Amino acid sequence: MNDNAHVSRQFDEDLEGLRTRVLQMGGLVEAQVLQAANAYLEADMALVTAVIETDGKVNEYEIEIDDACIHVIAKRQPAASDLRLIMSVSKIVTNLERAGDEAKKIAKGVRRINDRGQMAMVSNAANVGHLAKEAMVMLRRALDSFARVDAEEALAVIRDDAEIDREFKAIMRQLVTYMMEDPRTITCSLDVITIARAIERIGDHAKNIAEQVVYLVEGRDIRHPGKERGE
Amino acid sequence: MPSLNPAELSPQITMRALNFYYGQTHALKNINLDVYRNTVTAFIGPSGCGKSTLLRTINRMYDLYPGQRADGDLLIDGVNVLADDVDTIELRAKVGMVFQKPTPFPMTIYENIAFGVRMHEKLSRIEMDDRVEWALTKAALWDEVKDKLNRQGTSLSGGQQQRLCIARGVAVKPRVLLLDEPTSALDPISTMRIEELVNELKKEFTIVIVTHNMQQAARVSDFTAYMYLGELVEFGKTDDIFIKPQDKRTEDYITGRMG
Repeated sequence: MNDNAHVSRQFDEDLEGLRTRVLQMGGLVEAQVLQAANAYLEADMALVTAVIETDGKVNEYEIEIDDACIHVIAKRQPAASDLRLIMSVSKIVTNLERAGDEAKKIAKGVRRINDRGQMAMVSNAANVGHLAKEAMVMLRRALDSFARVDAEEALAVIRDDAEIDREFKAIMRQLVTYMMEDPRTITCSLDVITIARAIERIGDHAKNIAEQVVYLVEGRDIRHPGKERGE
Repeated sequence: MPSLNPAELSPQITMRALNFYYGQTHALKNINLDVYRNTVTAFIGPSGCGKSTLLRTINRMYDLYPGQRADGDLLIDGVNVLADDVDTIELRAKVGMVFQKPTPFPMTIYENIAFGVRMHEKLSRIEMDDRVEWALTKAALWDEVKDKLNRQGTSLSGGQQQRLCIARGVAVKPRVLLLDEPTSALDPISTMRIEELVNELKKEFTIVIVTHNMQQAARVSDFTAYMYLGELVEFGKTDDIFIKPQDKRTEDYITGRMG
């Protein structure tokens, strides 16, 4: 990244404004994920409501930041690191909004379980709390790597996604075992699977954000390595 | 689009350890650069960086001014054009040039084209008519002037005059066409016409363009050379230069930063 100032101060302000708003939106989504996880762990329905209400604000950020990106492209014809910043911001914002949607899915799952009076069943069902903590750390580190323009940190986040995927699979196996042992747990287990899946997806979005940070810093597109790319 | 892999391209112009001096001033410093056949290469850089000087070295335009000299190697198709025994008239037929301001001769449109051709070739009237039509067609001007070939070249609009100059340049069938800020005096539509034309002309000619408009370099060129203070800072595929330049100075220039 380039620390030198543009000749146009307004251009600098536009780009700085974009960076700031991405981090504000990121903070909002982080809080949303934390609230969703706590809603699940503490059976707190007030938090469920809070998560769902925050979603509208996150969506507004997405629209506003994308609009700001389009304005910079139209007015400034950004090149090199400026161009990469605009492209990565637009994609990071999409991933943040989706991570927010996953938080909402978690909250709604918690509400369904609670409505059936089954919250007591889930506390010992599986280690979803640990999974949620891992995903939150990933998301925070991905946003930190963006704030600090740190490709090394971003690459570390990408590597950590494998651990979340592994834990998610372990939870799946565990829940399948429960359902086979006692069919009365099926409804509840399916909701827990939905919640665990949403947490795993938040990890994926954090990974996608980290990939954009690598592109921003190094100009290297590291998405879909090897075979998946059809090479 | 043809491959832009340098390994698959053949260099038409090769510069090695090229230096240029305006009297005591060392204006180009040890330039090493290949310009590939049938591609468009843009020279960009701030005022006074040497990009126009480099362009003028290619057809030895500097010979017209005392006290200016070049050393090192500048090969076009393997021949060193800096050698003393090079016929500069012949060289400038091989390497055409178009300037910033349109410079039509005070003659008819037809004669603007035919004049240069006559200096190099003896053509019959019919052959000359064909050549004039061919050149004007290449310059995307034929349809606009075919009914008024006997009008003065200066009666055309600025954009048309510039295309007339390009037609004059291609009429002698050069190998290389040098464009020195060819659109800086033109309106946006005429500019787009010239850019479109450059894209067509590269099928037959190798084109080198100097431009102050970075977006123009990004749009029209296959390769970009960034120059600063008489040095070649970075040379590479235009797509790479404008997305991920290797040198911080290139990055600062193309993103409009103070270095």
